[in-house]
Amino acid sequence: MAAGPMKMRASLGTGFTDVRVLMTHPMETGLRKDADGKVVPQHFIQNLTVKLNGKTVLDAQISQAVSRNPVFSFRLKGGAKGDKIEVSWLDNHGESAAIETVVA
Amino acid sequence: MKALAFGAALALSCAAYGQDVAKEIQRYRQMVAEGSPAELFELEGEELWKKPQGPKSVSLQRCDLGEGPGVLKAAYAHLPRYFKDADRVMDLEARLVHCMVTQQGRSREDAIARLFGTADRPSELELLSIYIAGQSRGVRLEPGMSHPKEKASYELGRALYFHRVGAWDFACASCHGDEGKRIRMQELPVLYKPQYARPVMASWPAYRISTSQVITLQWRMNDCYRQMRTPEPDFGSETTVALIHFLNATAHGAPYQGPGNKR
Amino acid sequence: MNRIRRALLAALVFAIARPLAALAAWNKEAFSAKTPGEALKSLGIGDAAPAKDLHIEAPEIAENGAVVPIEISSAIPGTTALIVLLEKNPFPLTARFDFKEGALPFVKLNVKMAETADVRVLAEAGGKYYFAKQEIKITVGGCGG
Repeated sequence: MAAGPMKMRASLGTGFTDVRVLMTHPMETGLRKDADGKVVPQHFIQNLTVKLNGKTVLDAQISQAVSRNPVFSFRLKGGAKGDKIEVSWLDNHGESAAIETVVA
Repeated sequence: MKALAFGAALALSCAAYGQDVAKEIQRYRQMVAEGSPAELFELEGEELWKKPQGPKSVSLQRCDLGEGPGVLKAAYAHLPRYFKDADRVMDLEARLVHCMVTQQGRSREDAIARLFGTADRPSELELLSIYIAGQSRGVRLEPGMSHPKEKASYELGRALYFHRVGAWDFACASCHGDEGKRIRMQELPVLYKPQYARPVMASWPAYRISTSQVITLQWRMNDCYRQMRTPEPDFGSETTVALIHFLNATAHGAPYQGPGNKR
Repeated sequence: MNRIRRALLAALVFAIARPLAALAAWNKEAFSAKTPGEALKSLGIGDAAPAKDLHIEAPEIAENGAVVPIEISSAIPGTTALIVLLEKNPFPLTARFDFKEGALPFVKLNVKMAETADVRVLAEAGGKYYFAKQEIKITVGGCGG
């Protein structure tokens, strides 16, 4: 499945940057059956990486128990205009996607 | 505390459930709304609005949704309304189909080939609806009520709301007619009363969490009639538009909250 | 919560052809564990002390088990990781967040829960583990929307 749209919002708080990222992904558990009764195979994001100005600040491993079309909120220390934030994911099929935003 | 299973839920008394429960459910809804994927679908809808399609290879950007060709602000909040070029009252979805046919040159069959989408694959109409509705955020719901056909549409909707039909002799009012009713843990709002209609109508179309689908009012009418065991209504039919007209008119004055999130 | 000044988002989405490098490998063993105890053992976590400074913000009732919002924040000094387990899920280990310099020990995520159960959160700080938990009731909805 091609990576669907991602959306990220980064807003400055007091002393931190609030980052919210929405991703499109089925997050199939492998326990669900489709309309024909066939088991839908596992297909889910396993790794997430958050980078601030090119440096990894957060590494996450997630399971198929995270909801479909995952939404995550993170907080980065400090933060200022011009900061570049990148969030990327990698799933169990080896597919990946990323989104980048600049704090304005 | 024990699991709140099916049976236990019934034990929560037949009257409206307690304040604590209502409060926690409200908290749940708020937290879910803070991170809803609905916004992603609005983005896709915007792309579709601008995409040239059909034999005439034009986009929908000249479609007049009531506020002028291509004007999206407040368009959703002022529907359904009468359109002179079609000489009928239309809701958003019926109007979009009209534009697809008349402006893009598509056949009606093509335009309505895939009305309701599946998980993560909303239909074109659903994506367009959620995008266009989003452009009415903050605008008060005020469907057309001045033209004779608009008034007739409202009256028809009101009559239909209470009219019993189908194999089970159900009307909308059978489920949405009395206060304090619910199906399992789902409250049944009394939609012919403004104070209940307002918060509900201010949040359609919506993203339905349980099925990861974008759902619209045409879908809701269709699905309600299905649950009422009646024949399937035509898409954008006079019946469905009249009901939507009645509901939005009853919710008159409510500021549109933007596409919502449903269970 | 502070009033947050909304910053602009010029988002750029791009697909990466190459796999992401230098990632913490996905811990298959821990994620395949069928009980919380097994998962913790796989992660090398023994004792964990209850901690008031580890906050779970989640509704007590979820209308839909497919999307259960959970917000976690740790005020324990030196927190470097947060681990989320869903007690009654077929595979309880749900997520592990490793915070490096620059990220605060805070996360909000949506998870799937099949039935009423405890959400158990662990924090790693200074080589020690701490935990907090909260029960979330999963309800069955009606037919409307």
